[in-house]
Amino acid sequence: MTLDLNWNWMLDGWITAVAVVCAIACALLGNFLVLRRMSMLGDAITHAVLPGLAVAFLISDSRASLPMFIGAAIVGVLTAFFTEWIRRAGKVDEGASMGVVFTTLFAIGLVMIVQTIDQVDLDANCVLYGSIELTPLDTIDVAGWQIPRAFCTLFLVMLINLTFVIVFYKELKVTSFDPSLAGSIGFSPAIIHYALMVLVAITAVASFESVGSVLVVAMMVVPAATAYLLTHRLHIMICFSILAAIISAVAGHVSAIAIPASFGFRSTSTAGMMAVISGLLLFLAAMFAPRQGIAVKLWNQLALSWHILGDDIVALLYRVDEKQANQRTEKAWIREVLLCSPLSFTVVMTWLRIRGEIVIKTNELVLTDQGQHRAQNLVRSHRLWEQYLLDQVGIDPSRVHPQAEQMEHYTDKKMRQQLHQVTEKPSIDPHGSPIPEERSTK
Amino acid sequence: MFSSSDKQQDDSDSAPLLVEDLTVAYHRKPVLWDVEFQIPKGSLVGIVGPNGAGKSTLLKAIMGLVPIATGSIKVFNTPYRKARAKVGYVPQKESVDWDFPVTALDVVMMGLYKQIGWCLPARRHHRTQALRAMEQVGIADLAHRQISQLSGGQQQRTFLARALVQNADLYLMDEPFAAVDASTEKAIVEILRGLKKEGKTAIVIHHDLQTVNSYFDHVILLNMRVVADGPVEEVFNQENLNKTYGGRLTLLEEVSEAMRRRERSL
Repeated sequence: MTLDLNWNWMLDGWITAVAVVCAIACALLGNFLVLRRMSMLGDAITHAVLPGLAVAFLISDSRASLPMFIGAAIVGVLTAFFTEWIRRAGKVDEGASMGVVFTTLFAIGLVMIVQTIDQVDLDANCVLYGSIELTPLDTIDVAGWQIPRAFCTLFLVMLINLTFVIVFYKELKVTSFDPSLAGSIGFSPAIIHYALMVLVAITAVASFESVGSVLVVAMMVVPAATAYLLTHRLHIMICFSILAAIISAVAGHVSAIAIPASFGFRSTSTAGMMAVISGLLLFLAAMFAPRQGIAVKLWNQLALSWHILGDDIVALLYRVDEKQANQRTEKAWIREVLLCSPLSFTVVMTWLRIRGEIVIKTNELVLTDQGQHRAQNLVRSHRLWEQYLLDQVGIDPSRVHPQAEQMEHYTDKKMRQQLHQVTEKPSIDPHGSPIPEERSTK
Repeated sequence: MFSSSDKQQDDSDSAPLLVEDLTVAYHRKPVLWDVEFQIPKGSLVGIVGPNGAGKSTLLKAIMGLVPIATGSIKVFNTPYRKARAKVGYVPQKESVDWDFPVTALDVVMMGLYKQIGWCLPARRHHRTQALRAMEQVGIADLAHRQISQLSGGQQQRTFLARALVQNADLYLMDEPFAAVDASTEKAIVEILRGLKKEGKTAIVIHHDLQTVNSYFDHVILLNMRVVADGPVEEVFNQENLNKTYGGRLTLLEEVSEAMRRRERSL
């Protein structure tokens, strides 16, 4: 299979560039939508600006950018305002009032477009799905360069958003985290809220052409949500969201050309693939995020269970040795005693041999000095815990073993010292077995 | 900052807080009726009262965070807007999202935002100031922890450090003692006493009636209206407590319910 990209810098280069600036512009604001739990308000505004566009078009009778942006900004603020108003007046929750406002405005906008201005190229399809593939065709002259109009607009919007986030970083942070403190020190949460909404509306309008209103929401929310999973610092989250936006845009366009082509189809929608890629990034973040990642958690669990199995093997060998029982410590016997799966056993055995804690002599497992060391401290922990449970907690001697069996794996040197002290330095455990000395590393 | 010190001198005799005839209503349902009290300078004031008595609302009304129906509030003899720099606020711990991607130091720095001003970045001496306040409440070593990794007591201390760094003259605290460990409770009491020693005033919403006597010297018993206010030894007695906690004001509730019903039928 050959990947025939059929890449044309004049076309694909510009399409990618438009996608990148669009994704960055959206992601910048998206961080604060996600943190303020307002992702849906972004969705609402991006849909609700439609009548603003239609009215702006009717009044100005042109598709010039400025009236469009003004119309969108006004409706954007109105959406935020109506949502709040209906929530209060109707005593419904925010989601419900948002649902009422944006569907109504969106419907009005659609009707206006279809009924009165159907003949021009401000059509519903374009607003919904965008047409990023066509953006390189509509160019304007900037200092002798033919640059796509969409790129210029989105680049400007990206700069505005970037400036907003940098200049009002502190204000955005405090109003998002603790609005009542912000209000009490004179940083009005309402002003920042409406400023954010105006920018969301403007960004939405600028992005319509390229990625369509549905995908604007994806670009606003998904990269920010991905970044949120990966870090605990706000400025790093913003940087990560920009990175995720760039990757989504570039990989989105490349895969839109390459993936269908390699199966013999025509290239697919870049905007669609951008959303798919960003969704994929979110999935990866959810799986592999350092702390909350699902896969990371599973791996940690597995690693812990292997660690415990390793403990159990060396402790078993130690006890056999201690009793001087006439027992051949063959692999099969150990597996039988510890009831572990063959796979885990193989993994842990390999690991113990790599660490040099166990060697195999004439088919028998034998502890090395290092293994002896680990085992001795483990058995010491176990027996100290038994003594402690009997002595201090007052648990029946016949029942201390299973408890101690668990605790021994989580007991470090410091804890053993404390146990040693509070149990008054015993030399034998409740079952009469000697408590071995502490072995410390050189 | 220094040029205003003369003015501060003038204000220093005026009461940190004077509330007159205050009524607050949500959806025309009154939460506070005709609240009136005055706080003497340099006192530690406890506000006690049952759930739904309007304690948090009172603090928010003082700071202009909720609209007031009638009445006037004077902070150091001026409207709150002009006295902002002199007021430090500790909101309820549950009022914020502790998963927010900031460190404890970031949160404490927020107390300095007013001083730093709009749009300007925090500078090194602000960080030093914040760290010093964190040291004061005993969490300096946790400065770079993300806030979700702090215990409840440590989160409360973070809020307290944020208030301290504001270097205010009047502190409004919404249940700083709620769900904290014993050592944090002790630390908070120490800090309150330290504030008092510096001639500062603190108004604290409090739930534990057992400790009112030992923590505060002034108390406001609140249940939609001020049942009693004054020095603890004078007003904090069984009779007033019964009035505060003994049943809700059923008649007041009935009349406001009637008002709402009437309005709806119009």
